[in-house]
Amino acid sequence: MSRIQERFAALARDGRKALVPYITAGDPHPGQTVALMHDLVGAGADIIELGVPFSDPMADGPVIQAACERALVHNTSLQDVLGMVSEFRQRDQQTPVVLMGYQNPIEVMGTSQFALQARQSQVDGVLTVDLPFEQAGEALDIYQRHSLDTIFLIAPTTSPARIKKICEKSSGLIYYVSLRGVTGAGHLDVSEVKSRVNEIKQHSVLPVGVGFGVKDAESARDIASVADAVIVGSALIRQIAAHVTHHETLRKNIMALLAGMRKAMDNGPRKPEVPDMRA
Amino acid sequence: MARNAPDIPLQKIYTQLPDGNGMFGEFGGRYVAETLIEPLDQLEEAYRQFKNDPEFLAEFEADLKHYVGRPSPLYYAQRLSRKHAGAQIYLKREDLNHTGAHKINNTVGQALLAKRMGKTRIIAETGAGQHGVASATVAARLGLECVVYMGEEDMRRQAPNVYRMRLLGAEVVPVRSGSRTLKDALNEALRDWVTHVDSTFYIIGTVAGPHPYPTLVRDFQTVIGREAKNQLHELAGCLPDALVACVGGGSNAIGLFHPFLDDAHVRMYGIEAGGLGVETHKHSAPLNTGKPGVLHGNRTYLMEDENGQITETHSISAGLDYPGVGPEHAWLKDVGRVCYESVTDEQALTAFHEVTRVEGIIPALESSHAIAYALQLTAKMSPEQTIIVNLSGRGDKDIDTVAEIEGIEL
Ligand SMILES: Cc1ncc(COP(=O)(O)O)c(C=O)c1O
Repeated sequence: MSRIQERFAALARDGRKALVPYITAGDPHPGQTVALMHDLVGAGADIIELGVPFSDPMADGPVIQAACERALVHNTSLQDVLGMVSEFRQRDQQTPVVLMGYQNPIEVMGTSQFALQARQSQVDGVLTVDLPFEQAGEALDIYQRHSLDTIFLIAPTTSPARIKKICEKSSGLIYYVSLRGVTGAGHLDVSEVKSRVNEIKQHSVLPVGVGFGVKDAESARDIASVADAVIVGSALIRQIAAHVTHHETLRKNIMALLAGMRKAMDNGPRKPEVPDMRA
Repeated sequence: MARNAPDIPLQKIYTQLPDGNGMFGEFGGRYVAETLIEPLDQLEEAYRQFKNDPEFLAEFEADLKHYVGRPSPLYYAQRLSRKHAGAQIYLKREDLNHTGAHKINNTVGQALLAKRMGKTRIIAETGAGQHGVASATVAARLGLECVVYMGEEDMRRQAPNVYRMRLLGAEVVPVRSGSRTLKDALNEALRDWVTHVDSTFYIIGTVAGPHPYPTLVRDFQTVIGREAKNQLHELAGCLPDALVACVGGGSNAIGLFHPFLDDAHVRMYGIEAGGLGVETHKHSAPLNTGKPGVLHGNRTYLMEDENGQITETHSISAGLDYPGVGPEHAWLKDVGRVCYESVTDEQALTAFHEVTRVEGIIPALESSHAIAYALQLTAKMSPEQTIIVNLSGRGDKDIDTVAEIEGIEL
């Protein structure tokens, strides 16, 4: 069983949902990333999504773009990010780590070389934002051979036929993008998310995570009521951006935000279900 | 071009691509976030439908004639040819199009497509501002809302075009991320599109981006080469010996080249911006110095550092200041059909002055790169040979830049 599977199995036994924070590696400084990862786990993270900085993150909003720019001031490379995961593993063998980024840095390293080193660093999954499954053929084989879970996005615009195909190529979990737009944008429509998650679940037994638009404890709780995992990125990174030079404040605020989400997800009062009038 | 240069293999067909996945060999494709796949499928389907629809084609043709002012002349540059005592030089006068560059051919086509698809809002990215102006122009004409993304640095360099777009009713959004130039404007436009896919049509300004854009833009621009072929036949009764065009993203170049690709004896030269020199890293010449990678939705040659981060580019001309290049050019380079060279800022500037003084035509700084190379090429050719240079745009937009470099205050 992969680390991601094990984590979801354990959560299912406890009747809990996964909390998945995203941070960009190297932001605000490469020397702080591993400590931040441990902090995230301390505040209730079940899986960590670690962003690999890229100069042109076209699917991300201004918040994550700025995070990439801060990380790139220190030349944080894919190689560096793999080193951070290795270092994280010295103290944490349990928490799954997913690398999320863009294709070009991986190609420059070479997909096979990357997969090999990712496995050695005990990375658990790879999500390449700009690599739809049609273009992923060879990379998919390589990742599978190195026991790396291949995680794909499903969007509100994804057709039913594509959903089925994406489910076939996915392992570990499926990431549903809850709104049209880039990371950090907009408002959530929970009932729409719910029906899409159910649609995905008709094609796959994998857990479904929902991200883009989770801002606070309340939205985390709402999403947890309809999905298996709640993915939160820009809201955390806003805290990093606001306290770039105050490391202790940054840590405290991030942990507080995440802990609030954890609490709301685990035992917050659920709103009564609104019957779906369209049905 | 030496007359005894080896011939390009005959009978090879270069005009059958892309394949069904939008690939030109290993280049092109669709490297985008999942949210954009469906809108790209819709665009591809709409284009497939309309490109063979006689009504659509007739409307496109009528717009090119009555609104753009086509055909653009193929002008024999007699004094320039004599001065250099080499081949006969013909200039394809895209500078005489409405809005002053080849960019309008493409925006007229894409705007017609947008209208047929029922879109109410146009977005575009722009570097020099020429594509932004061309997009704002067609949006005004069709009564569509228009938002143009432009790097802050480019807005400074091309201030008159910013004002022109605003006069036309477009909103110009300054892009402050990254290097604040064309590549960042493209990122921003893609983000806008992801967020407003239902209402919005994204008019990409060059043969880059995800499939089907490189094909679509090429097809709208090939009017340049088709006209030039007929015009040279009428004027001189022959095919050209060489074609020269500047390459930023590569739309004016592919527009000229494509109708000649299967004419084995026509040599083609795509000229990238050599900036301060390709050895200095301050240039925009990915085909000359870069490696294949993935940016802005396609696989192509890129300027990147050892970690795969896209590097900042430099060119005297905002329209060539881009770290990638259209995937079809990447393929044409690798198969050896087109030769990609570069000229420096300084060489382009010299050519800018020369054409202005000798022919009474002020060329865009982008086009000046092509002219500079053509003048090197002609020295190795003979008077019975002919060169067509794509004069992709007029230089009025650049006079501030040129004056500033030469220390003249306007
Ligand atoms: C006059 C002119 N020529 C050339 C270019 C470069 O674009 P492309 O390589 O797509 O023709 C531009 C771009 O703005 C331009 O304005």
